[in-house]
Amino acid sequence: MSSYVIIGNGAAAVGAIEGIRSADPDGKITVISKERHHVYSRPLISYLLEGKTDEERMLYRPRDFYEKNGVTVLYGETAEKLDPEKKTVALSGGKTLSYDAVCVAAGSTPFVPPIEGLDTVPKRHAFMTLDDARALEADLCPESSVLIVGAGLIGLKCAEGIIGRCKKITVCDLAPRVLSSILDAGCASYMQKKLESMGVEFLLDDTVARFDGNTAEMKSGKTVSFDVLVTAVGVRANTSLVKDAGGEVNRGIVTDEKMATSLPGVYAAGDCVEATDSTSGAKKVMAIMPLAYMQGHCAGVNMAGGSEKLDNMLPMNSIGFGGLHCMSAGSYTGECYEEKTESGIKRLYTEDNLLKGFMIIGDCDRAGIYTAMIRNKTPLDSVDFDTLKSAPALAPFGKEYRTQKLGGVV
Amino acid sequence: MKRVYVNEKWCLGCHLCEYNCAFANSGESDMIKALRKKTVRPNIVVEQDGDINFAVSCRHCTDPICVKSCISGALSIQDGAVKVDHSKCVGCLTCVLVCPYGCIREGEHGAVQKCELCLENSCGEPACVKGCPNRAIIYEDRG
Repeated sequence: MSSYVIIGNGAAAVGAIEGIRSADPDGKITVISKERHHVYSRPLISYLLEGKTDEERMLYRPRDFYEKNGVTVLYGETAEKLDPEKKTVALSGGKTLSYDAVCVAAGSTPFVPPIEGLDTVPKRHAFMTLDDARALEADLCPESSVLIVGAGLIGLKCAEGIIGRCKKITVCDLAPRVLSSILDAGCASYMQKKLESMGVEFLLDDTVARFDGNTAEMKSGKTVSFDVLVTAVGVRANTSLVKDAGGEVNRGIVTDEKMATSLPGVYAAGDCVEATDSTSGAKKVMAIMPLAYMQGHCAGVNMAGGSEKLDNMLPMNSIGFGGLHCMSAGSYTGECYEEKTESGIKRLYTEDNLLKGFMIIGDCDRAGIYTAMIRNKTPLDSVDFDTLKSAPALAPFGKEYRTQKLGGVV
Repeated sequence: MKRVYVNEKWCLGCHLCEYNCAFANSGESDMIKALRKKTVRPNIVVEQDGDINFAVSCRHCTDPICVKSCISGALSIQDGAVKVDHSKCVGCLTCVLVCPYGCIREGEHGAVQKCELCLENSCGEPACVKGCPNRAIIYEDRG
């Protein structure tokens, strides 16, 4: 009977478990979970603070998931050392586990910006885990002023989550716009305005030069007084296990299409890996939950002797603030088609007869049809793209496609 | 398993499937009460391509990318059908971002809505198919 070890207990780990079980119903699976929680959805911590979910409903899989899949979870343990020759993992508690195949799904760690005086701030938090959210919640009161450093996905979701539970929120970012990793200036301004209308204040193109207790001195010369600080400037992939074992590591753990690392028997998935963005060909860390699951699943199938390849990954995001939705996918290269309305904007990027990427703010209905065109590399001259531009639909794909997709099993 | 399949040459474009879907999923026992003065939000949508009409609803894919992509664990496969747990869904719309057929929509109460084949509502079988006057959609097992 094969033994599998999964390092991590997030979406990638769940993918790996389900992948392994699709190919091997009997092998022994051990999950090493640093957090002492049943697998939950990390992006839902902002919804938790907003009161839109609770700890039970935010479970990523049901309570009986591990039991049903024959998985042993070691809570409160971390993997300290990976030995690919002996095929063992040494744990923080002193135990050593043997494996036939291992999946490193160790995620990422919030990056703490090296700002002078940061250690003088009495109440500072990251916003990544359930425990982070609970700790932040405990420090908030209706009179709190909160400073969030970082106007990316995590910082802004944090702002939305706590806006009803504090007096004032200021978000600062070095970038001149919000959500700079997924949106250009034109699209970002819609999201910024929405958040401003909800009461969030922004200091963009500006950063904290130094902290002195509950005061932040900004580079611009402004000062911000706050009670609670949240740092959300980004995350770093947890690569050290593979790196220390002699595996190839860049900004993330380098993986191939089977999610195998350069070390034999060692696979990796999720926020700790670097994989190929099929829309640009670039190797990069694409730390998004759907990909974490898919990479984990692919790794799991291959760990169990099956064969799965992931060669169509692309960066993509769906996020909303106060009911205004924003979707993005792929690369923003080539020719741009733009459609603006009062409430939103759509930008489609085409190059070499392909849809390469898009940003949509507002009406995101059926946007998955665009995402599938990017993923499947659908030649634009094989569809009625002029019709598709204004509204995603199946009609412009023609009769043959429809007969196949709507008349058969897919 | 049984799924809803389209026979587009028979579709009249009458949109009855949309109304029957919205009614079946409304929880009301009276169609007028369920639909009158309301924006109909069906899980099946009639599209048009010139003279051709056809109705599009969830394909209940064998390897559904929506389920793989769901960040909250709200979407799952139950006996082959893709279902949404409305109490778990936070309406992030990641499933809308990935569905290749555009068959998951933002619902009214913060969660997404999609075709669940009417297996658990008062109809018990797809209301769209049951009410189709010309057999342009059929509910059968094609593998």
